[in-house]
Amino acid sequence: MTATRPDVMTQPTARTCPFDPPPEYRTLREQRPVAEATLPDGIAGWLVTGYEEARAVLADPRMSSRRRRLRTGSGPVDDAELPVPTPGNFLMMDPPEHTRLRRLLTGQFTVRRMRQLTPAVEKIVAERLDAMAAAGGPIDLVQAFALPVPSLVICELLGVPYADREDFQRDSATLIRLDASLDDVQRAHQALTGFLGRLVRAKRAEPGDDILSGLVRTGELTDEELAGVGVLLLLAGHETTANMIALSTMCLLRHPDQWEALRNDPALMDTAVEELLRYLSVIQYGVRRTALEDVELGGHRIPAGSTVVASLPSGNRDAAHFTGDPDQLDVGRPYRPHLAFGHGIHQCLGQQLARVELKAALSALLDRFPDLRLALPAEQVPMRHDMLVYGVHELPVTW
Amino acid sequence: MKITIDQDKCVGAGQCVLAAAELFDQRDEDGIVVLLDPAPPQEALAEVEDAAGRCPALAIAVQP
Ligand code: SF4
Repeated sequence: MTATRPDVMTQPTARTCPFDPPPEYRTLREQRPVAEATLPDGIAGWLVTGYEEARAVLADPRMSSRRRRLRTGSGPVDDAELPVPTPGNFLMMDPPEHTRLRRLLTGQFTVRRMRQLTPAVEKIVAERLDAMAAAGGPIDLVQAFALPVPSLVICELLGVPYADREDFQRDSATLIRLDASLDDVQRAHQALTGFLGRLVRAKRAEPGDDILSGLVRTGELTDEELAGVGVLLLLAGHETTANMIALSTMCLLRHPDQWEALRNDPALMDTAVEELLRYLSVIQYGVRRTALEDVELGGHRIPAGSTVVASLPSGNRDAAHFTGDPDQLDVGRPYRPHLAFGHGIHQCLGQQLARVELKAALSALLDRFPDLRLALPAEQVPMRHDMLVYGVHELPVTW
Repeated sequence: MKITIDQDKCVGAGQCVLAAAELFDQRDEDGIVVLLDPAPPQEALAEVEDAAGRCPALAIAVQP
């Protein structure tokens, strides 16, 4: 490992505004879109903050998704040196393993299939809002609405009993908590894998018409792989969307002109959803890759074995790519491809589902609760600085 | 204009369908892209370039 160099910065993590990435990213993007940096966990690596550069990293087959840092130094990296990914977790695999697993699932998440789910999602949304109205404010929007909606939807799709949510929501949260000890992470991971493993065996005995049963039926995966796929989909399917719903709501409440614009013209909802995804970019610390060989990027030579972080929040504020002022929320901004779902072969498999859920949730919320407001000063809303997925821990609202 | 797609590269993200639903579709079985019109009229160029630019897997190539 190279000794820590005094002129190497540490990846900035402190925000000054709850909706903006740390302010240092702007200077980095403008002056050093590819820069050597010490990552928050103390590893020496490279921080990529420009839109084009981040896209280049994420589309580059020489950038491996197998996550452990290998070594620094030059020369090609042997496959044998890469850590073995957890069975089923294709987010941490490279082709061809990744291709095989992802292909088994892509048919379940097409634009058409997800749009067909819209009425079912709208029904779930309406039921949660009815319950919220009946309970009366002030209420925590996360527990009452933002978390249950995507949880119910992914449980339904996967065939996971929603009654078990307390356990899997808690274990999922542990997995993305930055300060969790290795022991806690392992325990949460084992609990989730065990839970999904039991479920997979139950589906084998008595298949339903859910995604897990469908995967069991293909006969392509071992039980261990099936459990791993299940953990990944369950985790990705509720944490990210739940935080997007809650954070988007807070963001719209803090930008009343945008809230108004959306209420006056519901047809703006499609661009509004893309804008909120771009503006809020909840994968706050970026996506990690490992260079398998020396890679030229933005005038730098990144040595084989280096850890490279593509910052999605920073790339999504790049004025060289987005029109107008990318630091302003503008629900009518014409769409340009953003990085909120990543890029390259790992781009979010569930993105069309996320779009359907966000659209249904925000439209109905705006419609049913036109007078929604925060029930405490905005500065007191507990933000999720401590989680890999950004958002709010709680969002007390009233109406 | 001529569009070519590389089905082996496609990861089924559906971005092309969002950009131009009359030109791209996804197979029901595996979500892989299907080209509905390999030689669309020239007016569709901007849309097709948008689709190609969105595709995360760089699976769409356009020759204007
Ligand atoms: S955008 Fe690219 S990866 Fe996604 S479905 Fe279309 S061709 Fe396939």
